[in-house]
This record gives sequence, structure tokens and C-alpha cells, in this order.
Amino acid sequence: MQLGLPHFLTLSVLLFSIGLYGVLTRRNAVAILMGIELMLNAANVNLVAFNRYVSPGVMPGQVFALVVITLAACEAAVGLALVMAAYRSLETVHVDEINLLKW
Amino acid sequence: MSGEMAAFILLAAVTVIPAIVVVTSRNIVRAALSLVPAFLGVSGLYVLLQAEFVTAIQILIYAGAITVLILFVIMLTAGGTGLPVRQVNEQVPLGIAVAGALAGGLLFVLLRARWPVVSGEMPRYNAKAIGTALLTNYALIFEVTSLVLLVSLIGAIIIARKEGS
Amino acid sequence: MREAVIPVSWILEIVKATLSAVAVFTFAAVFAAMLGVYLERKISGWIQARVGPKHVGPQGILQTVADTIKLLQKENIVPRHADYLVFSSAPLIVTVAALLGYVVIPWGKLGDWVLIVRDLNIGVLYFAAMSSLVVIGILTGGWSSNNKYALLGGLRSASQLISYELPLGFAIISVAMMAGSLSTVEIVNAQQDVWFVFKQPLAFLIFLTAAAAETNRVPFDLPEAESELVAGYFAEYTGMRFALFQLGEYAEMLAMAAMTTVLFLGGWRGPWLPPILWFFIKTYAVVFFFMWVRWTYPRLRIDQLLNLSWKVLLPLGLLNILVTGLVVTLAR
Repeated sequence: MQLGLPHFLTLSVLLFSIGLYGVLTRRNAVAILMGIELMLNAANVNLVAFNRYVSPGVMPGQVFALVVITLAACEAAVGLALVMAAYRSLETVHVDEINLLKW
Repeated sequence: MSGEMAAFILLAAVTVIPAIVVVTSRNIVRAALSLVPAFLGVSGLYVLLQAEFVTAIQILIYAGAITVLILFVIMLTAGGTGLPVRQVNEQVPLGIAVAGALAGGLLFVLLRARWPVVSGEMPRYNAKAIGTALLTNYALIFEVTSLVLLVSLIGAIIIARKEGS
Repeated sequence: MREAVIPVSWILEIVKATLSAVAVFTFAAVFAAMLGVYLERKISGWIQARVGPKHVGPQGILQTVADTIKLLQKENIVPRHADYLVFSSAPLIVTVAALLGYVVIPWGKLGDWVLIVRDLNIGVLYFAAMSSLVVIGILTGGWSSNNKYALLGGLRSASQLISYELPLGFAIISVAMMAGSLSTVEIVNAQQDVWFVFKQPLAFLIFLTAAAAETNRVPFDLPEAESELVAGYFAEYTGMRFALFQLGEYAEMLAMAAMTTVLFLGGWRGPWLPPILWFFIKTYAVVFFFMWVRWTYPRLRIDQLLNLSWKVLLPLGLLNILVTGLVVTLAR
């Protein structure tokens, strides 16, 4: 069977749902960020696969994938800075223990 | 079985199995370290898709910088002791259900659609084509992305700074 | 990359790749680690007005072999609460990432055929990516030793390495802009009339400094100095794992020296002598320079080190790219 678009789409869907499971079920804030990175990677694979199979010769998929990589780096940096700041004042990184606003 | 198919299966295994370890491991440092083979597997998939420049950038930024950042924060916060703490909250069955439903729904839609697949040739020099595209067609995206990078850099430094320094 | 028409040809490619990997790794292990350690001790002895090793073999040349045998038969100690899997994989990550950089280095030219494992389109970018993978090995080595000094050494070394990746990348980009390509063979071919060291002196200096910092060499070796933090991130490593760390470091130093010759000193180009010989002469001249600097300068503190990278080399690198871009565009 020839390698084609459906294979890459299946892989990207699998990776995305694995990342989603990580975001929904983990307690550590950094682990949630790791799940988000997996989801972003899945989206990137999707973009580059469509570039290769549906519109080769022009580059929008890969350019978009590069922009997503850059923005993922920014978001990881800011998110982890927030985690560090929260740890400094609240002494915990588990998101179910950060419930100061609840009555 | 063609060579590409064999390579794809190998790379898919190298990507998906560590990804499962990332989201289910009880040891947070092992989870962060499993991100590295996942990212390297994805970069191998980019090579299969003839996107060499994106491959190099993926290794440089994801495996080389973001993983290091995540490891730094883990080591500087409570996870650095490596003691086994309960890592999952009470929503595990719901999480599995939602992720499974999403995967099933997406697969159903995506695999049944008839995509206009064109068997064309990618440009020979990938980096050159991307560079030209970034500076002509997508120049605005390029500039805005650099602005976002600057803002997030400054923001991250300010947020993570110690009080009074 | 084409779809495989003949089903057998990809197995052949895998065999070829494995054989060339084995050849490159053996070569790197011999020339980088063994010769490099021997040269280091001899040159340091010469600079310090003493003779280096001279008993084992003629002129002491088998000294590194003796050292390796000694390290191999040492006891393999794993700290009690260390994570065994992570602890064992850290030296492997460092060594393999350093050795993977050898794939894009052109060793010379036999007639028309360039001696390179793979002339990738993105050669120098791939090299920068491989040297950024080394950081993960160092960080995990420091953490998994379950030793607060090793952890601090690992964190310091990792922050040093990631800070110096940027100037390294900037120097590479300046050269790539002048040569018009990211492929190492193209860059060497573009130095036909004049070497890039004369056209890009600032990039040359930035690259040398960043390369010395990337391989944890003096004056940037605070994270692994013997008198600082009990030798840093590999404090708890013994025997073969320690030997693997050293192999990885010396292999990366040789790879950086080889990349310096490719990017700035004209690669294998030169009159009369065969190209391979020219390449080795130039590479080992750079290695000698690294070792000379090591035994001449005192080491920098961690904050001086990071200041140098972020406040000096980064703006200079950006300035260099700006000026190079201007010149290249105006000259067209």
C-alpha cells in the first residue's frame, strides 16, 4: 500500500487525542503544557502533510508550520514563566490545589 | 512494502509510543524526557514529507530548546525530587472518553473525505523556497510573528523574575 | 526522495547507512577522542614547560589506549536513589548527538567525489540542531545523579550551552548568506577565491568563542572544572559511562573544529597537497588553537560567561547579519 495522505492524517489525529488526554487528566501544570505541545505537533504534521499531498510546489503549509513552531515556543515560555511564578507564591504546581478563589 | 511505508511505520512508532509515555507516566521527569523521541519522530516525518528545513527547525527548537525549558522548570519546582506523586486527577475515564470520541469522530470525517491529492514535485531546495515565500508572500506573517516573539520574551522575563530584583 | 520502485533498494540504503555510521563513529572515536586526549596532554605539557606522557608506546602515543582500558575495568557505580534508566541514557545522548554531527562534514575530495557521509541540503543547520541535542543529555545526567552538586552543575552547563547556541547560529547564518546555501559542500565550493575568514572576521571570532563554549572548554568550563562543584554534572559517573561522556565532548570539539575549517578556512581547498591532508591540517590547527586557549586563559564565572553571550556576542552577531545582508544585496 502506497504511503499517502490518510496515513499522516491518522497519525496526527492519534497524536492530537493523546495530547488532549494529557491536558484533561494531568495534575501537574507542566505536564498539561507537555500535552499542549503534543497537540501543536499533531497540527503541524497535518499542515505539512497537506502541503506535500494537496498543494506541492507552493509553501503555505510549511510556512504556517514554522509560524506554529515559533508561537508554540513563545507560549511554552510564557506558560512556564507563569508556572514558576505560581510555584513561588503558592508552593504548588498541581492545578487542583490552586483553588484560592473558590469559596 | 515500500521503503517509505517502512520508514513511516517506524517513525510513527517512535512518535506515538513515547507520546503515550508522556501523558501517562507517574514520574514527571521521565515524561518530559519522552518528549524528545516524540519530537524527533515528528521531525523524521517531516523528512518523509520532503520538508527538510522544518525538520531542522523542529529539532533545534522543540527537541533542543522547549524540552530543555520544560526540564528546567520541572527541576526548579516540586517535580524535581522525582518522588512518585499522584499525577492524574479524577477525570481519567472522562478524559479517555473525550479523547477517544474526538479521535473517532475526526478519523471518520477525515478518512471519508475525498481530498484533491495532487502528485506534484516539491521545490528542490526547500530552505530557499521557504525563504522566498517568507519574504514575499508571507512577509506580514513573518513580521507579526517576530513581534509576538518579542512581546512573549519580555513578558516571560518579567513574570518569572523574583520579587524585588 | 523518490518512491521506492525496487523493494530491495531501501534495505541496501539501510545497510549502507549503518556501515557509514560505524565507519564515522570509529573514525571519530580514534581521531577525536584518542588523538585529542593525547594531543591535549602533550600540548598542555609543552605550554607548561614539561613533557607530557612519554612512557606508554613510542612518544607516549598509546597513553589514551591505556587510559581507556583503565576506565573500562573500573567499577560501574550507580547512586542509590538515582533513576537507573535515565542515568544510563544520559552519556549515550551526549555521545550520539555529538557523533551525529559528523554526518555533514566533508573530509576532502578524491578527484570529483566529495568524502562526506551525506551532503544534506540543510547541512550546517543540521549540525547546529545536533549540537543543541547535547544539552538534554547534560541536563539529564546532572539531574539523574541524585546529587545536588551534579544538579547545579548540570543546570549551569545547560544554561551556558543554550545561551551560546544563538551566537553559533548567527555566525553560521552569516556564512550561509555569503555562500548562498546551507550545504557544507556548497559553502566550501564558494570559498574558491578567498576564504571566508577574511570576508567575515567577526563571524569567525563569534563562531570560535561560541564553539569553545558549546563544548564546555576553558575559558568556559566552569560547569565541569574539577575545583568547582566537584566536577559538575558528571560527578557520579564512573568507568565506561565517564569514558562515554569524555568521548562525546572530544568528538564534539573535533566536529566544531572541522566545521570551523569548512565554514571559514576553505575546507579542503589548497594547492599541491591532497585535499584530505589539507582538511586535517586546518582542523588540527584549530584544535591546537582551542587547546592553546585552554591552557592560557583563566576561566570565566558563570555570570561573566552568560553576560558575554547575551550582551556582547548576540548583538554583534545580529549586527554582522545585518551588514552581511546589506552587502550581499547591494553587490547583486
